[in-house]
Amino acid sequence: MSDSVTGSVKGTLTPVLTDNWGSERSWTLAAYEAQGGYGALRNALAMAPDDVISAVKDSGLRGRGGAGFPTGMKWSFIPQDNPKPKYLVVNADESEPGTCKDIPLMMATPHTLVEGVIISSYAIRANTAFIYIRGEVLHVIRRVQAAVAEAYAAGHLGKDIHGSGYDLDLVVHAGAGAYICGEETALLEGLEGRRGQPRLRPPFPAVAGLYASPTVINNVESIASVPSILEHGAEWFASMGTEKSKGYGIFSLSGHVTRPGQYEAPLGITLRELIDLAGGVREGHSLKFWTPGGSSTPLLTADHLDVPLDFEGVGAVGSMLGTRALQIFDETTCVVRAVLRWTEFYKHESCGKCTPCREGTWWLVQTLAALERGQGTEADLDLLLDQCDNILGRSFCALGDGATSPISSSIAHFREEYLAHLQHGGCPFDPAASTTFAAEGALA
Amino acid sequence: MTLTQETHDELRAIAARYPEARSGLLPMLHLVQSVEGRVTPEGIEACAAILGITAAEVSGVATFYTMYKRKPVGDYHVGVCTNTLCAVMGGDLIFERLKGHLDVGNDETTERRPEDKASITLEHIECNAACDYAPVMMVNWEFMDNMTPQSATQLVDDLRSGAEVHSTRGPRLGTWREAERVLAGFPDGRADEGPSAGPASLAGREIARERGWTAPSSNGTAGETAGEVPEEPAQREQAVAESDDTVAEQAVVEDKSPSGETAADKDEAQ
Ligand SMILES: Cc1cc2nc3c(=O)[nH]c(=O)nc-3n(C[C@H](O)[C@H](O)[C@H](O)COP(=O)(O)O)c2cc1C
Ligand code: SF4
Ligand code: FES
Repeated sequence: MSDSVTGSVKGTLTPVLTDNWGSERSWTLAAYEAQGGYGALRNALAMAPDDVISAVKDSGLRGRGGAGFPTGMKWSFIPQDNPKPKYLVVNADESEPGTCKDIPLMMATPHTLVEGVIISSYAIRANTAFIYIRGEVLHVIRRVQAAVAEAYAAGHLGKDIHGSGYDLDLVVHAGAGAYICGEETALLEGLEGRRGQPRLRPPFPAVAGLYASPTVINNVESIASVPSILEHGAEWFASMGTEKSKGYGIFSLSGHVTRPGQYEAPLGITLRELIDLAGGVREGHSLKFWTPGGSSTPLLTADHLDVPLDFEGVGAVGSMLGTRALQIFDETTCVVRAVLRWTEFYKHESCGKCTPCREGTWWLVQTLAALERGQGTEADLDLLLDQCDNILGRSFCALGDGATSPISSSIAHFREEYLAHLQHGGCPFDPAASTTFAAEGALA
Repeated sequence: MTLTQETHDELRAIAARYPEARSGLLPMLHLVQSVEGRVTPEGIEACAAILGITAAEVSGVATFYTMYKRKPVGDYHVGVCTNTLCAVMGGDLIFERLKGHLDVGNDETTERRPEDKASITLEHIECNAACDYAPVMMVNWEFMDNMTPQSATQLVDDLRSGAEVHSTRGPRLGTWREAERVLAGFPDGRADEGPSAGPASLAGREIARERGWTAPSSNGTAGETAGEVPEEPAQREQAVAESDDTVAEQAVVEDKSPSGETAADKDEAQ
């Protein structure tokens, strides 16, 4: 029984971005325009660019790529008196473990993103924009390439867009496998044809980004939300969500829930409400731990089911809203195994630029792997926390900080389970019990 | 192998897409892989010459990114996600099963047996942004969702035998080299294959339709902007077949009813 999700449901879903995902040939220009697509672009082109920025500011939209920086404010930092070209770069690298919203968006309705790119570029006065998509999603790249080609053919891109005098070129760029390229300055390095290692800030990309020119970098979902704001108004957007976390967002449920998937809701919905909508925790099991926003956000437990999933609410319980990547694990899952695997990921993805992260993630894996095998003593837990202290706040970029989140939070919530590995001389869990095919005997 | 004039021209065309040519390097290396089956010294030299940088600089970039391979890759690159969520949901067991079944280790390629039509390179991969379809595999970077050890071994057997295989959420599978060409920015015309979305991507949307929930309308009152969305009946039926859940079933029933009302309107009427 999924005992963790009793109680009344007050949360409702508000499909905006996901609303068209199931319509016929939703990825085509014809389908998008049949539902009013590119109407927001016409509204925007009739406005002064600064008024578009104001609308996005007034909406309260905050970045959907993890950090939640106000999008309109970011745009207003672009120095318009700088004679260099301005650039918009869309971060479509989506690689934070658990995060799986931008990829289905670009596959189902790439034109929502393309329209957002045009409006956003117009606002910041960029004549060239890029979509940097991780390379490992071939069909998504096809769909975005095709959408861009269609948008050119329809006059939404190119020279003098709809007689406005505004020109925009949009380049689709496939990455080549590197989690760190989701970090915005590493992404710029990748886009400049270099190793994806983060840059020192300042200067910030708004001043000296791509080709040392003023650059806005935004997440796919942030940019895809812009047409809805221009279509329905800033007030409409701000009528959803909570006081400081406005609007709707896509919540991605994965793992041990009956119906994993994408749930678009106002910010501030709770995990209890979302799990209830998703049909409960896996039949016969109960919630053990979850990530609110990907593996870099500290783990939460069943004690946090009623935390409002907005930037403030999740922050107040010591974690982060991140990318709303809700990975749900039931009691069959070994938290030490889960954390070790994430730590191996960070070690693998560390770009090697700074010592605390490069060396530190290596040591974390050594210590954790020994504990997982049941080797070591309780003092190794303190050693782990020490190692985390040497990384957190001392790393060059947020990858290093993120690597410590699952470790310190899991020790805080599940210290006994680490000790059980030592007592048991190894992992006390049956890894088959947590699989989707555990009940079916599909192991045979 | 010697790169043809055509390949040199295409490499130059990639560089020309960007305000600064060097930005073309990542897609250029994808093209090299598509032609050569891996990143070769000759491919590195060609990129360096076109961009006016040293071969060492190109090499430094090629070794940084995991999708670039120095060893020849088989006809099919088979990735098994073993990041935490997929691992826990079965990815670890699937990867172990495939290593045994194919008799290869991580990042190794199968020997071609006399009966084989294709070779396979097996690799464990990181989170591929498809966690709601765990456990996930990727074949030549196309999604293979909701896998089991059984479906995984069937899949690789089919690939080796030369049978036609489709992505669960995408097109008919091509070869790894064909895939690399698309990543280099040369479309293959398959964008229209496959569904809009898989069943999990539509989960919340289906529930909202079932219950008549929508975002507020522009003037601030709830419930009036329900999508007048023509659904895709075939796809809905496929979703039902794959997920046998009542929400999708109901949606199909509604689609088949001859009325022009939206699902949300009907729910209100009920
Ligand atoms: C290691 C690391 C990985 C990241 N990966 C992504 C990513 O895949 N997609 C993304 O949009 N932002 C990612 N970010 C955040 C970006 O640096 C940046 O904050 C974001 O793209 C800004 O867009 P937004 O303001 O629209 O959220 C990552 C950050 C770090 C430190
Ligand atoms: S924290 Fe890690 S990923 Fe970030 S710069 Fe340092 S080594 Fe690179
Ligand atoms: S963990 Fe496997 S796709 Fe995300």
